[in-house]
Amino acid sequence: MTTTGPRPTRIRVTSSRRGAGRPTSQSIARDLDEQTGLGDVYLAGLMRAQFRLSALVVGLAFLGIGGFPVLLLAVPATRSLTILGLPFPWVVLGILVYPAAWVIARWYVRQAEKIESDFADVVGQQ
Amino acid sequence: MAESSTLSLFAVTLVCLLTLVVGGLGLRLSRATSDFYVAGRTVSPRLNASAIGGEYLSAASFLGVAGLIYDIGVDQLWLPVGYTLGYLVLLVMVAAPMRRSGAYTLPDFAEMRLQSRRVRLIASILVVGIGWLYLVPQFQGASLVLTIVAGVPGWVGGTVVAVVVALAVGAGGMRSITFVQALQYWIKLTAIAVPACILLVLWLRSGAPHPNVADPSWHLALTPRGPDDHPTYRVYSMMIALCLGTMGLPHVLVRYYTNPDGLGARRTTVTVLLLLGIFYLIPPIYGVLGRVHLPELPLDVRPDSIVLRLPNAVIGGLTGELLTAVLAGGAFAALLSTASGVAMSVTGVIDQSLVRPYLARVTGGDATGPLGFRIAAAASVIVPYAVTRVIEPIGLATMVLLAFTVAAATFAPLLILGVWWRDLTRAGAIAGLVVGAFTALVSIGVSITAGPFEGWLGALLATPAAWCVPLAAVVAIVVSLATPKSTPPGTIRLLVRLHTPERIDLRSRSLD
Repeated sequence: MTTTGPRPTRIRVTSSRRGAGRPTSQSIARDLDEQTGLGDVYLAGLMRAQFRLSALVVGLAFLGIGGFPVLLLAVPATRSLTILGLPFPWVVLGILVYPAAWVIARWYVRQAEKIESDFADVVGQQ
Repeated sequence: MAESSTLSLFAVTLVCLLTLVVGGLGLRLSRATSDFYVAGRTVSPRLNASAIGGEYLSAASFLGVAGLIYDIGVDQLWLPVGYTLGYLVLLVMVAAPMRRSGAYTLPDFAEMRLQSRRVRLIASILVVGIGWLYLVPQFQGASLVLTIVAGVPGWVGGTVVAVVVALAVGAGGMRSITFVQALQYWIKLTAIAVPACILLVLWLRSGAPHPNVADPSWHLALTPRGPDDHPTYRVYSMMIALCLGTMGLPHVLVRYYTNPDGLGARRTTVTVLLLLGIFYLIPPIYGVLGRVHLPELPLDVRPDSIVLRLPNAVIGGLTGELLTAVLAGGAFAALLSTASGVAMSVTGVIDQSLVRPYLARVTGGDATGPLGFRIAAAASVIVPYAVTRVIEPIGLATMVLLAFTVAAATFAPLLILGVWWRDLTRAGAIAGLVVGAFTALVSIGVSITAGPFEGWLGALLATPAAWCVPLAAVVAIVVSLATPKSTPPGTIRLLVRLHTPERIDLRSRSLD
């Protein structure tokens, strides 16, 4: 059976939001996800910042730990020096090194979290 | 000695029962296979840090460090420093990315990063090997403790620990172990600190006499003990092994998957450094006071026993026996927690790589996770137990250093390059793992079976980390650069996931 009434008016289906784009925070996350050139640049920047921080901490630890034997050998007096009745190397290796490591670790975590929150801000606000 | 053995046996039995009971309670909570592996990822950073501390402080820390300081002196203070700084290196190099990778075990990470079954297989073999190397001294330590406090034959202690560990791991999986381990840190700390404080007070009251050692190298740092000894090289090499080896120990990174996210993994590690630092203040006290009160041990007595011998030598009577019992219980807590942690990881790898694929083939895919897991738990304990029955014990801390060296020469380059370098290829990773494992194992093996050698040869073979680790890393880098075609697909996508903070919503993250 065919309808005989007036032909229905044609309706155009279009997007009123064409060109508006998706929310940007998702689109940079997508850039990261889909390895576009832009996402690559963001990743490289984040990794470089984090790696510099890590290398700095490892370098500090290496200087402290690697330098201590050098100090002991270069200045023999430090090997027999006493602090509060305890020999200097025993004080450094037995006691002081532990709070030092803890303080460095705390500082590192704060810096690393700062890098990440800066990164999140950039990605979110772009 | 009779009361001493009764009290000490009571303490040891109590610790074993506690481990089993808490493990049994965990059984009711764990249902799915993922619960068995990573505690459902619901463990808070503080609990997790205590658990890491509890798992990490082994017989080598509780007995071995004091034994070596007693025996060799100031240069062995580097040992606990290295055990601790390993976590600092782990923190800054791999903690957060490893957690974000979402992998369960080291082989999981290796396969995920390099998209290669072959790399996974090599990593699995290494995990099992390193784990077994680490379990051997725990079983030997158990034998030592029970022989000293109860006079039973050597095989008893090792057997007890092997059975308890197999039961605890097989019954509850990791969720139970997390609670057990966290509790064990505090048991260990109390058990080693309380007797140490009492002994220190008594020492101060008696006028703080100096330790009685004729050998100048005991007092003076970096003094050669022989004509061609190279103590400075040995210290550096040991520090490289310990600082880099920690991240490659099978039971360490598994703990990181129980953190809720990358931030949690970092914060956990900071607390771990604090907990380890507090603990390691104590063992040198036993080493030094040992030389005050027991200047020489008979030739057939191992220095590892100094912690357990000191209370009776200083105080005697019921108090001395009580303190010995506390220390024996603490030492057993140390052994059990480390051994269960290591056995847990080895079990996970054996289960995933061998048992589960086999059961799936036999039963047509109907195999239940827990069954395969329990079979693997038994396998993980039997081999190192058999080894302890065959080989002569060397020092507890020396044996543990071997496991660290192999881990540092294999997994440290793989993890660090894998996390930070996008050009790592399959061929490069395999070459690095093989070269690192081969050089470390051969030089240590030669040193133990044919040595000890004199001079530089002896130093380079006995503590090879200083040359094995850089060699393995250079080989991995050079081979990677020469084989750009074997760069795994999806490297960048994975690196994005490893380094991007969780609050940024990545679709690739929902895949794990």
